[in-house]
Amino acid sequence: MALLSVEDIHTAYGLSRVLFGISLEVDAGECVCLLGRNGVGKSTTMRSIMGITPPRAGRVIWHGRDMTGAAPHRMARAGLGFVPEDRRIFAELTVWENLDVAARAARRPGAWTIPRVCELFPILAERRDQRGGFLSGGEQQMLTIARALVGNPELLLLDEPSEGLAPLIVDLLREKIAELKAQGMTILLAEQGVAFSLALADRVYVLEKGSVRHAGPAAELREDHALLDRLLSL
Amino acid sequence: MTASLLVGQFLSGLTTSMFLFLIASGLSLVFGVMRVLNFAHGSFYMIGAYLAWQVVTWLHPVGEAFWPAALAAGLGVAVLGAVVERLLLRHLYGLDELYQLLFTYALVLILGDAAKYLWGTGQLSVHRPPVLDGGFQLVGNTVPYYNLFIIAVGPAIAITVGLVLSRTAAGRMLRAASADREMLDAMGANVGLIYTGMFAVSSFLAGLAGALITPMESIVPGMDVQVIVQAFIVVVIGGLGSFWGTFWGAMIYGQVLSFGILILPEFSLFSVFALMAVVLIVRPWGLFGRPIR
Repeated sequence: MALLSVEDIHTAYGLSRVLFGISLEVDAGECVCLLGRNGVGKSTTMRSIMGITPPRAGRVIWHGRDMTGAAPHRMARAGLGFVPEDRRIFAELTVWENLDVAARAARRPGAWTIPRVCELFPILAERRDQRGGFLSGGEQQMLTIARALVGNPELLLLDEPSEGLAPLIVDLLREKIAELKAQGMTILLAEQGVAFSLALADRVYVLEKGSVRHAGPAAELREDHALLDRLLSL
Repeated sequence: MTASLLVGQFLSGLTTSMFLFLIASGLSLVFGVMRVLNFAHGSFYMIGAYLAWQVVTWLHPVGEAFWPAALAAGLGVAVLGAVVERLLLRHLYGLDELYQLLFTYALVLILGDAAKYLWGTGQLSVHRPPVLDGGFQLVGNTVPYYNLFIIAVGPAIAITVGLVLSRTAAGRMLRAASADREMLDAMGANVGLIYTGMFAVSSFLAGLAGALITPMESIVPGMDVQVIVQAFIVVVIGGLGSFWGTFWGAMIYGQVLSFGILILPEFSLFSVFALMAVVLIVRPWGLFGRPIR
């Protein structure tokens, strides 16, 4: 049984429909990537899974239980760690306060503690008492990932972690995410960056206009450039 | 102007300040965390005053019944606030602010009529608690002990709330909720519950303030609207949603009112309205607020 399975979800913001029957599965230990351009529904899929924008139809099954429409805080406490695309750092709170709030909110004590995420991202220890709003974009991105980790999630939802960051920082983040994956973290990644996602993913879902256009192993796309071009050129 | 007069006006201003701070602090906290401008905050204050009178009357009209009555008034209004938030107000989050304004204004009317129905339209009064009877002399002024008590309660509450907000886990949660409710919820915090708690605490402060005014002023219908206008001025001067801004806003309000009366006795309230107008023109976000967010 898959850790997470999303069954034919349809999601809309008011009258504007965004998802037209997306289905996907994530098994424990996998890194699954949602690949596609801006506006194809990657973020909305993430928000639907988290219950922030509940789907109008379809189901979200977590550990075999139907969690469709559950409040976001219930999803988080059930083990989903959400890293939103716009980072959403609490700008007025210090780095440490951001992490402390996250750890308390999730109420899931475990191996990921504040000292441990600071080992993964040493810059956060250096910036401990600085306000989140004063961090650089890359530092903020690390803080959001760290914030999700201290909740000891079973599945990390990473929405466009590389967006708007300098190439050097993107490389660093890719290494860190690969490190998380190597430690056994299950990851659902949404990305526009083909190189970034193919370097990390085991399996890929290519989204287009709110539907799944292609699903398959990442290795297939890494080797078959013609297929990749066809899928992403449209 | 003699020193005696100056000291007298200063102390009277300080009493007004601390009193208004008690009321305005709850208004400011709810706006800061929940972005709700609660017009009915003055009505909660009025209900607190009536509840205190009621409990004192039940217990003992003169003795130290005042203290348990004040506590009961605060707790009673906190429960009322929690019920209002859970059953009614919560349906209006995320809608246009006009709906919240209309809803809380409707509450003003409903609670005003309910108070008239339950306690009549006459003036009610509560005795000062005996332990704070009398006063002392200071540069030719008689300062009632009770006023001194109010002057001490204001900063005590300010420092307590300030420390809770800046140093405790609960305070960090509240600041996070204020910054980004949706994100905090997606991190696992039950923000709905945090909001109910915040509203209950704010209502408690309003109810407590209502109880504490009873030995100084009589309880009458209309005290709700009178006080909400003053509390709004304080919050606007200090900056909407800024907790310490509310404290200093109240300090300034009290002194301007007190010395304004001295200079222009015919226009007692003119000075504070003028102050608010000036603040709004020069710094529309208030003295301690921040522009836009």
